[in-house]
Amino acid sequence: MSSFTPTRKNKRALVWDKAATGLFYALGACILLFIFWLLYTILSKGLPGINLEFLTKLPEEIDVGGGIGPVLFNSFYILILSLIISIPIGVGSGIYMAEYAPKNKFTEALRMCVETLSSVPSIVFGMLGLAIFAEYFDIGLTILGASVSLAFLNLPTLARVTEEAVRAVPSDLRNASYALGTTKFQTIRTVVLPVSLHAIITGICLVAGRAFGESAVIILTAGLSTSGEMWDFNLFSPGETLAVHLWYVQSEAIVEDARQIADKSAAVLVFVVLFINLLFRVPLWFNNRKMKR
Amino acid sequence: MSTPVHDLPAQQGAMKKQPAHPSRWKRSRGTRVRITNGLFKYYFLFSILALCFVLALVIFFIGKTAFLTFNEISLSQFFLSFDWTPEEGEFGAASFIVNTFSLTALTLLFAVPLSIGMAILIAEIAPKWLKSFIRPILDLLVGIPSIVYGYLGLTVLIPIIRSVSGENLGDGLLAASLVLTIMILPTVSRISDDAISAVPKKYREAAYALGSTRLQVIMRVVLPAAGRGIAAAIILGMTRAIGETMAVVMVIGNTSQLAKSLFTPASVLTSNIVMQISNVEFDSTWNYALHMMAFLLLVISFGLILIIRLISKKRGDEAA
Repeated sequence: MSSFTPTRKNKRALVWDKAATGLFYALGACILLFIFWLLYTILSKGLPGINLEFLTKLPEEIDVGGGIGPVLFNSFYILILSLIISIPIGVGSGIYMAEYAPKNKFTEALRMCVETLSSVPSIVFGMLGLAIFAEYFDIGLTILGASVSLAFLNLPTLARVTEEAVRAVPSDLRNASYALGTTKFQTIRTVVLPVSLHAIITGICLVAGRAFGESAVIILTAGLSTSGEMWDFNLFSPGETLAVHLWYVQSEAIVEDARQIADKSAAVLVFVVLFINLLFRVPLWFNNRKMKR
Repeated sequence: MSTPVHDLPAQQGAMKKQPAHPSRWKRSRGTRVRITNGLFKYYFLFSILALCFVLALVIFFIGKTAFLTFNEISLSQFFLSFDWTPEEGEFGAASFIVNTFSLTALTLLFAVPLSIGMAILIAEIAPKWLKSFIRPILDLLVGIPSIVYGYLGLTVLIPIIRSVSGENLGDGLLAASLVLTIMILPTVSRISDDAISAVPKKYREAAYALGSTRLQVIMRVVLPAAGRGIAAAIILGMTRAIGETMAVVMVIGNTSQLAKSLFTPASVLTSNIVMQISNVEFDSTWNYALHMMAFLLLVISFGLILIIRLISKKRGDEAA
């Protein structure tokens, strides 16, 4: 039936198409395999050696068998402090950009600011923290300085994810709420925020994961040492975090088991970051499934 | 658009039953709602202004110290001299600047084909289940701390480079650019993926109707249509590569010299800052010069962001 006879050019195009499809799949497979190999290498080297003792003991300078207790604690402490500082401002500015900002030059300038701030390299935030806290206020390398500098780093990302989340709320919902006679803020509080909450929380997890592993800021603002005590809540003590400890152990430490400690620290670091990312997303996935049914 | 609640009929009915000062209660609730509404408007405005204030702080504090450099050394020495020996008063940053650019270029050379290939695979070729499998994995990869990448580069990649190339050290531009490639790959491919997926379906259908194969559709229709988005993704990857510190510092060798080959231990702007800034006096030319390098980083990333804005603005005009 078919009167179509493929020319040589057609045939060549078809062969190229098949070959390219195969190539793309091969590329994808290679990258995925590589990613899994990467995760496997990190986790398999470190995770088997981890026990409670390692997670809670103080680091040792000379003897074998030091732990990561205080640095792990500092990591979470600084992370939580920085989120406490950055979430109200970051989410607030996201809401402003999505709900209030009129379409004019001023808003354009604000948007430009957010984008520019998000492009600032993390090391520059570290230098800013150093200049403000160590030089201007002269309090040295502290947990407080690290938290504030880390909060600066989080701000633009938080603002962006909040803005995207709030913009994704359908305007029908807003109009329905206004029709009930609510004020703008009541609508935001009772309609817009609950609807966009899960996207905002996902964004916060993303930021938290990044902040937990951040090292360039902390190394300049919190230093390479701890106060040497577990559970030290003092805002003005030096606060080496786990990511910085990994750097310190592999570059400057003289203990014999530095390599094992670094392996284990890297595994803990990756594990916690993956955990932060998964912990909040899994319930949301289930929620989404339910909503779709 | 906003209409404060103060006299809903149903509420008035409920109020009349209350004996004590019904009107005052009603008024106070309305006022409260209006005041909160107004207050929070200013709170949201305040928070965005606070964010801008942080940007101003960054520019002020870094710039203030940075420009003290040129009281001590000349502009041409800083930008054109390759001699960085702060102990002897030589502050030539040219080698760091050149290294930064060559590292970024090398990284893009590796990362761009890989990530665009990955983006095409996710957006155009892969079946749905594979898409929803790859995308979260790439997203997870973004979250892995840079220090871990650096550590892996140091303990896994550099021994491999040593045994393959036969060099003694293995640190240098090649190791650093491979580590950076892995780091920016997920970012660039996910954003390009979004750009490709945003190409209207009718373009593809029109091309298929003319008898194109899938490869022809991708190469001649989809990629040109998504070109600006992909360009923006690549530039964003560039800003990450230029600003990345800890992963680079662990594998590049940290020697203040121009990288003449792929295996020369070298140093870039970020790695030099982080290695030296903790050891210098605050009021010294050395510190000023390090701040000038940070200021340069700022200027470069601002420039790149401007380019992204220009690109996406033009795209917006075309669509309109």
